[in-house]
Amino acid sequence: MFRRERSIPLRGSAAALGNNLSVLHLPVCNLTHFAVVHGPSAQLLSVAPEGVPLAQRQLHAKEGPGVSSPLITQVHWCVLPFRVLLVLTSHRGIQMYESDGSVMVYWHALDSRDASPDSAQAVFARGIASCGHFICVGMWSGRVLVFDIPLKGPNIVLSEELAAHPASVTDIASQPAQEPDCIADVVTADDSGLLCVWWSGPEFKLLTRIPGFGVPCNSVQLWKGIVAAGYGNGQVRLYEANTGALHVQINAHARAVCALDLAPGVDKLLSAAEDTFVHIWKLSKSTESGCTEVEHCQGECVPDTQLCGARFCDPSGSSFAVTGYDLTEILRFSSA
Amino acid sequence: MSVRTLPLLFLNLGGEMLYILDQRLRAQNIPGDKARRVLHDIVLTMFNKSFIEELLKPQELYSKKALRTIYDRLAHASIMRLNQASMDKLYDLMTMALKYQVLLCPRPKDVLLVTYNHLDAIKGLIHDNPPLLHLVDETFRQLIEVYGCLSAGEFQLIRQTLLTFFQDLHIRVSIFLKDKVQNSNGRFVLPVTGPVPWGTEVPGLIRMFNSKGEEVRRVKFPHGGNYVIAPKEGSFEVYGDRVLKLGTNMYSVNRPMETHTSGTSKNLASQTQQSIAPNPLAKEELNFLARLMGGMEITKPSGSEPGFRLNLFTTDEEEEQAALTRPEELSHEVVNIQATQDQQRNQELARIMGEFDVKDQPRWSASKGDDLLAMMDEL
Repeated sequence: MFRRERSIPLRGSAAALGNNLSVLHLPVCNLTHFAVVHGPSAQLLSVAPEGVPLAQRQLHAKEGPGVSSPLITQVHWCVLPFRVLLVLTSHRGIQMYESDGSVMVYWHALDSRDASPDSAQAVFARGIASCGHFICVGMWSGRVLVFDIPLKGPNIVLSEELAAHPASVTDIASQPAQEPDCIADVVTADDSGLLCVWWSGPEFKLLTRIPGFGVPCNSVQLWKGIVAAGYGNGQVRLYEANTGALHVQINAHARAVCALDLAPGVDKLLSAAEDTFVHIWKLSKSTESGCTEVEHCQGECVPDTQLCGARFCDPSGSSFAVTGYDLTEILRFSSA
Repeated sequence: MSVRTLPLLFLNLGGEMLYILDQRLRAQNIPGDKARRVLHDIVLTMFNKSFIEELLKPQELYSKKALRTIYDRLAHASIMRLNQASMDKLYDLMTMALKYQVLLCPRPKDVLLVTYNHLDAIKGLIHDNPPLLHLVDETFRQLIEVYGCLSAGEFQLIRQTLLTFFQDLHIRVSIFLKDKVQNSNGRFVLPVTGPVPWGTEVPGLIRMFNSKGEEVRRVKFPHGGNYVIAPKEGSFEVYGDRVLKLGTNMYSVNRPMETHTSGTSKNLASQTQQSIAPNPLAKEELNFLARLMGGMEITKPSGSEPGFRLNLFTTDEEEEQAALTRPEELSHEVVNIQATQDQQRNQELARIMGEFDVKDQPRWSASKGDDLLAMMDEL
């Protein structure tokens, strides 16, 4: 059972965005890094065990042409096999930093001319995931940019642009480990609820499309060949990545799901929503029927708080953290 | 974020302003015809055709300063005057009310129902003025045209944009505290009971399917809340039952209107950073204001009708006291026109602002940030 632990104070409150918490666990030095978007700035925190904050840093969206201070849409650590990069997406472009946020190694400006002249669309990047030596970032237009990341240094190259989404990308996820029967290793989601399942070969290949019937899919995860998706109507649904077949439908929340996270080592899924609740689910596959099963483990209410981010703090899934709109702290729960 | 947010922000805040002014005019026993005059003048200004046209163009949300300037002008569109302290309080009440409404909207699209509730109530206030009614109905139709075809995803973005605008505002409002919709720390209560949003199922059910798509198992789980299915969907037409109560008038004559600003903002870092940072966007904001207010036609009072001062507080002493004790971080500064170098633009703005200037009115006390109108007089 999880219980509340000591919170980590934030300089600025968390913004009402989806997937508004990223966590980087560093077992070697027993530190955990947290990243939260406040608005025009994002805060990085380095925290010791027991939740004692040690250091913090603020990053800002790079300015560009436009009226107001650009807002950040997401901040996320991308763990590649050979390096870790911190990626920040905003209404101006994509910024990539070394993992501690100290040095910006790459800047990609969004071309607002891509939007039509009388466009009633806001321009932004949103949705970040790493896959092998690639980092995928989604766009307001529905396109997904695929960046090729070198072993070290700033020589990052835009290698491909995927065009399969009719609406703004919300989230991207990749398979945590190689799965025997499943070549699908990336899933992208958008505001219309559409899920696209890809194979990240030398070139990305679209394998399956799973429609969402107009309800936005805000957060997505990949687990053992299964796509887990959280929707604006509070549902969490599990689909088979290869075929797009629906395996599980959970009426999980009374408001929009804002974040999903996976602890692959223990087959646990975390869902958080604007209804103030966070739920932990146990996933399993029945060997005989091949069906996916879900069991509810625990639910926690954060009173009067519209949650906006949730992550397991370590691969063992023994602790997790959540953020909420207007909240100036990161709440921690632990079962250790 | 979303470029379709400004009209909803403006009309809803405007609606709240009218609710509050209506209540205060009656509480302060302002003669019926004067009160009616004020409300009708404000509605006429708010729904001016070219103003609404400008508003409905896709654009980013501008700063709080720029928006506050519009409401200052709007509140003074008639024969009524407000002191700085009363204007501050009015704006506090307006913003906290809308923050509450947006936060509690079941679905992002329901922000539209909140807007329509405000418009319905505004029509009630001016029901004896057919040309004005027609103007509001015109706006209604334009809103339906613009927002009727937006997707759930776009409404989600609109709602996030509104919440960003209201982030870190925790002013305590007596009427909310009394009704227990706001906690003593300024946070709103988010209930975990009641109807789920239209289009959402009651939580608590897991359904599992086989590869043929047949349901093989269903399991209930303890959700933690106490929800029921939504009875029906509100109407998005010009006339109809909105179902949702958010955005309707919560002020009757006797309800308290106090706000508590002391000890509000413990987290000063984000607030002060905003106010001391240099504003390189003043010119852009001024252009925006010029465009928007260029369309605002202010009716001038006839010579025989003297103006009056409305007080948002119970006594004049209270109003003075509030002005002195207002926390620094909550000062609503009006846009500083000195930031711009462009002489020609200044003249253009001066001409537009000159049309607002009501003659023979006593100068009310200038605010800490310079009063825009006062600046224009000196150019």
